[in-house]
Amino acid sequence: MSKRVGIEVSLAVSEAVKMAKVDVVAAYPITPQTHIVESLAEIIAEGHLDAEYVCVESEHSAMSACLGSSAVGARTFTSTAGQGLELMHEVVYVAASMRLPIVMAVANRALSSPLSVWGDHSDVMAVRDTGWIQVFCEKGQDAFDLTLWAFRLAEDKRVLFPVMVNMDGFHLTHVVEPIELPSQEEVDRFLPPIDFPTPLNPKQPVTMGAFAIPQFYTEIKKSQEVDFENTRPIIKETWDEFAKIFGRKYNAVEKYMTDGAETLLLTMGSFSQTASLAISELRKQGEKVGQIRLRLWRPFPFEELKEAVKGAKRLIILDRALSSGGPGGPVASEVKSALYGVPGAPKVASFIAGLGGRDILPEQFVEMIRHGIEVADKGQEGPYEMLGVRE
Amino acid sequence: MAKKDTWKDVEKGAIIKRPGSAREYKTGDWRSQHPVYDQNRCIKCGVCYLYCPDAAIKIKPDGFIEIDEYYCKGCGICARECITGAFTMVPEGKEEKKK
Repeated sequence: MSKRVGIEVSLAVSEAVKMAKVDVVAAYPITPQTHIVESLAEIIAEGHLDAEYVCVESEHSAMSACLGSSAVGARTFTSTAGQGLELMHEVVYVAASMRLPIVMAVANRALSSPLSVWGDHSDVMAVRDTGWIQVFCEKGQDAFDLTLWAFRLAEDKRVLFPVMVNMDGFHLTHVVEPIELPSQEEVDRFLPPIDFPTPLNPKQPVTMGAFAIPQFYTEIKKSQEVDFENTRPIIKETWDEFAKIFGRKYNAVEKYMTDGAETLLLTMGSFSQTASLAISELRKQGEKVGQIRLRLWRPFPFEELKEAVKGAKRLIILDRALSSGGPGGPVASEVKSALYGVPGAPKVASFIAGLGGRDILPEQFVEMIRHGIEVADKGQEGPYEMLGVRE
Repeated sequence: MAKKDTWKDVEKGAIIKRPGSAREYKTGDWRSQHPVYDQNRCIKCGVCYLYCPDAAIKIKPDGFIEIDEYYCKGCGICARECITGAFTMVPEGKEEKKK
């Protein structure tokens, strides 16, 4: 039987890792991820989990150690944030291309400089194209559930890609929330022991991460990309499986009050929760507004997004990261490409806010939506507008 | 990679299950010039054998040497180091001088 407990979200993530019975954790502590790895170190040291905790000297080493352990077929977890994710950057690519089912929790944090330990989405946007499956959490329950689910998806023999579970640093990682913790029996039913098909084994040697001459590189990448695209139905299938056992259903694009909505606000991550308060408030006032939330960031849910915005006149997109000199926020530019050429696609207003840990209050979301309606109707000048900046 | 070369033949993670596949890669193809060996000048000292960075020079039982064209990249180090000038570097595609 599951039990509902009040627990810090970071600790709930560690609980999920413990219940997943991982074999190896290799991580380097960094704010705001620290509580996750700290509590895991404790869980392992106290003998509650039979696993190796590898204390490494950097994030680059953390991910490298994860490559090794995953390659021998051990269930492997790591976690990082901000600068740490950037330091491990090159190895993040290697994990995906070597098809190692590593699970990583990222406590999203702004990038230096100026140094900021607070949350935004700059860190994950820099590893957007690494070939990891990437999802976003909105609340504590998501962080627990998606961490657990990530192992199941990553290790599925039709998948074999690493999975990154994004949760906003501090805004999500450091809050205490009521979270439904399942029983070990339920977890075991959902997550079978790992069975990595081609582990490093002296009796059956294979070469991993070999070099490829120009004659082969393109074919290898094409094969990887086709497999990555083919994970879409399996992502859905494993979420259905999850719902059957735990009763909570996740979707690539989540909807809130979208029925009959003329204006949609698109958010990603924990700010979605605050934004929904603004949506409810405006609905009460008779405004035809709704909200869609991106859960799945890679592979990008093109079809689900098109379906979700069907019939809407305006789409207001909030980004918590910059793409310097680019076509707008990373989410907005992705959504605009997804909607290119779609007949009757909504007009887009692209906003950037919530950088470096700055809050967006419900009343500011109300303002954002009101302003967004004007901007979308008029046509936005320039690729995006930064909101809440002192002039 | 598997026997065929299409993207469908790639193993997940591009792992190689068969040992020795690097042998199929003829690095001698990189050459723009190749050494021509004059056995008459050779004193069997083995300096070329020691210096060759690709281990493309073999010493035969009689002490003279043999160049492995499959691996020789044509760097010219043998010609530079040979004490008696037994090697001449000749551009690829040019006829070897008849001795």
